[in-house]
Amino acid sequence: MPVTDRSKLTFYLLLAPLLLWLVTLIILPHVGMFIVSLREKVGVREYETSFANYAVFFNEPLYWNTFARTAYMSIASTVLTLLIGFPISYYIAKLTRGRTKTTLFLMCLIPFWVSELVRTFGWMILLRETGVFSGVLQYVGLADAPVEMLYNDAAIMVGLVYTSMLFMVVPLVTTLDSLDDSLIEAGYDLGASGFAILREIVIPHAMPGIVSGCIVVFMLSLGNYLTPILLGGKDSLWFTGLIYSQFITRFNWELGSAFGFLLLGLSSLIVFVGLKLSRQSLGKTMAQT
Amino acid sequence: MTSTPDLEAREISKSFDDFKAVKDISFTVPQGTFFSILGPSGCGKTTLLRMIAGFQKPTSGDLLIKGRSVLDVPPNKRQVSMVFQHLALFPMMNIGANVGFSLRQRGVNKSDIKQQVEHVLERVGLGGVADRSVSSLSGGQKQRVAIARCMVLEPDVLLLDEPLGALDLKLREHMKIELKQLQAEFNTTFVYITHDQSEALVMSDQIAVMNHGVFEQVGTPKELYYAPQTAFVAGFVGEANKFVATVESIAGNAVTLRTQGGRSLQGVAAGAGLAKGTKAHVFVRPEAVRLSRSAPQSAGNGGEGIVQNVLFNGANSQVMLLDQLSGAEINVALPQTGEYRDLVKGGAVHFWWETEQTRVYARD
Amino acid sequence: MITGIPQSGAFRWTYRAYVALFFIFLALPLVTVCVFAFNDSVFPSLPWNGFTWAWFFGDTAPHIGVFHERPILRSIVTSGVVAFWVALLAVAVGTCNAFLFVRYDFRGKSVLYILMLLPLIIPGIILGISILVFSSSVANTLEDATGLWFDGLRPGLILVVLGQFSFITTFATLVISARLQKFDFSLEEAALNLGATRWGAVRAVTLPFLYPAMGAAGVVAVLMSFENFNTTLMLVGSDAPLTITMFDRLKLGSTPVLNAVSLLLIIVSAFLGLASLLLQKREK
Repeated sequence: MPVTDRSKLTFYLLLAPLLLWLVTLIILPHVGMFIVSLREKVGVREYETSFANYAVFFNEPLYWNTFARTAYMSIASTVLTLLIGFPISYYIAKLTRGRTKTTLFLMCLIPFWVSELVRTFGWMILLRETGVFSGVLQYVGLADAPVEMLYNDAAIMVGLVYTSMLFMVVPLVTTLDSLDDSLIEAGYDLGASGFAILREIVIPHAMPGIVSGCIVVFMLSLGNYLTPILLGGKDSLWFTGLIYSQFITRFNWELGSAFGFLLLGLSSLIVFVGLKLSRQSLGKTMAQT
Repeated sequence: MTSTPDLEAREISKSFDDFKAVKDISFTVPQGTFFSILGPSGCGKTTLLRMIAGFQKPTSGDLLIKGRSVLDVPPNKRQVSMVFQHLALFPMMNIGANVGFSLRQRGVNKSDIKQQVEHVLERVGLGGVADRSVSSLSGGQKQRVAIARCMVLEPDVLLLDEPLGALDLKLREHMKIELKQLQAEFNTTFVYITHDQSEALVMSDQIAVMNHGVFEQVGTPKELYYAPQTAFVAGFVGEANKFVATVESIAGNAVTLRTQGGRSLQGVAAGAGLAKGTKAHVFVRPEAVRLSRSAPQSAGNGGEGIVQNVLFNGANSQVMLLDQLSGAEINVALPQTGEYRDLVKGGAVHFWWETEQTRVYARD
Repeated sequence: MITGIPQSGAFRWTYRAYVALFFIFLALPLVTVCVFAFNDSVFPSLPWNGFTWAWFFGDTAPHIGVFHERPILRSIVTSGVVAFWVALLAVAVGTCNAFLFVRYDFRGKSVLYILMLLPLIIPGIILGISILVFSSSVANTLEDATGLWFDGLRPGLILVVLGQFSFITTFATLVISARLQKFDFSLEEAALNLGATRWGAVRAVTLPFLYPAMGAAGVVAVLMSFENFNTTLMLVGSDAPLTITMFDRLKLGSTPVLNAVSLLLIIVSAFLGLASLLLQKREK
């Protein structure tokens, strides 16, 4: 049948770019990176297959401390982003309507269309010793010498929360928007307090948005490089910084690949656990962002 | 009756900016009454209901439940429960948790909650479903769960916001009867708002017909149907043929009029403001008109008409006649005896109705 | 909006104050960056030395403005070229993907769909190093075998384009698929019924329906490419796109010329972002 032949041809023509993209840019590079991470350099251009690079990671406290620190700082920034972003999302989704709602939502979006570099630069000007906050503190008399607020964990946290905020607010606003107002009214009518409504009705309804927001924010924090390096300074000890230095400064690609794989493993694990806990699919979660 | 009514409104009003949604309405609902507020969409009935529930604050007036003003009582403390238009069952909870929600808010202990939930579910005929999810229920069952969820608190007044609107026709017919039975079973005061006159007529003890923010008439279904006091009620409750005519004479209740087409009509004055020479609205129900093969000899209104169309719809069949004298169109309910099954388009037939069935209202 | 829940005045005002504070928090860094673009001082910091346009138009050291800074101008051009190719490739492949995922049912579809989404959950820096490692080993193998040079597989603009394309395509696919899903297939059948060929029907009916989504995907791709840092950092060669140039300057400390560039970036980004929203709105 010529028609089916042609539609088969169309199908393969459509399939080709997808496969080409996924195989050459996603699958093979990661397989390749994994193979490289298993190579142990024994001489000039001589390699053996072993887990030596992973052993280096576990035997060097600096490495796994950095790894653990990156993980818990990312968790902390995720929780903070959720706590700060939830009331805002609720306000936009449920307490405003029409023009105000669109405007507020747009005001949330605009900062994130701007390069992360510019945003981080802004925080540097605000926080550094000769910066705006320090100047204001001196001006109002709360400090008598310049105050350095850059290059510490709090600065990293501010930067991470700021950078991730959108990815929390958008899914939250979307799910909260879909919560029928009459459910809240019904809860109230049946004698619930504002807190009980929040706990029993609003949060359970918003759970899909909370999960997808948290997953994305966690991933972004974990894989962030700019914010910890620029706001945390040279000693910020962020895992992506280690990967960068292995690749670019030390030229130890084998160890760098192993680090990359560990980071990828952690990030995938968190995504997987998050999805399992909330019984959601990757497709649905990602479609919300 | 001497006992305090469950619900009383005193000159209650609500304005939004320039728009007055509810204008100085007063009414009382005695204990155990099925009270319906019937009106077209936008008449203010939802606003009125939301004020009773506490979701909106009246601009002026007072609202009393069991004789006590509740204006300052927030909805979560009012002894009033509401069945929402789309029921608002919590999808994140199972049926038992839905029904037990209000008890949990009051800190009732778990085993009591379980017992009371089961008991109220049994009363609505849904024993043993507490552990199932809301989505496993049919439309009618959801309705009953929504009522059970409200009734578990034994509220003084149950408000229902057009809960049958979302159901399909067959189920709606069934639920009308069921709601009435549930109301009798719980013996709680129901305040039911709807735009569907048949829902109101079938279920209610008292109906308030509402239009443009005021009650046009409050009465039993029969009163509204047989003795509508305003033209709006006559047109909104039941069906009616409507004519415009000029008043020729008034003697007490009896009015003689002449339509634009020149037919003289005998009717009864149903509202104030009628005067000789003024224009008036005349309402005649299609089911009040009788058909006959020969000219009837009794008093009343009648004439000969040509069949324009027969709208056959089983028990609700109608025939459209053209009055040969005035050229007016008259709808007549076809008697169910089969006597007139041979009527066809173009045929002639006599029609006639009683003077008492001719209700005359001043034209405003 | 929930009108029915009465809240105490204090609570309402606290809530509003919180929302206001939040938006100040959002705007503060951007506003600061913009304001210091006009400070007549060689460092983007206090004290305020008066207003100047020098960081845009100045041409004498140290007051060299954006429009006279060769390296920055060059990196803007580089970013533009990269963004153009990334957007073109991503929209083309994304459109094919959309047709494939929306119109066809085949074995392994769900697996491919998950694979298609994967770039979203791979940290950008890892995407960068994996492509770097892979392309280098391919280059090594090829060079060993043929004795020729394969510069395209070494860090440089081609790898930057491929690296950005590898994850931006996912976004393009999602945006275009969402639109195609809303397409009423009977429109295409009507065209066929009226004598159009299959490709003719797609071109005359389906593609015009998709144009707003393709446009929006293109704008989003340009925006993401322009501001991408992590993936680009690992793949960049001698020609640096704007973000990389700015990052290097930032680490070393720079004059407020960076603020001036940032201000321009903010304006262009906001404009592009709004454009993509308007395009998506036109779909409705």
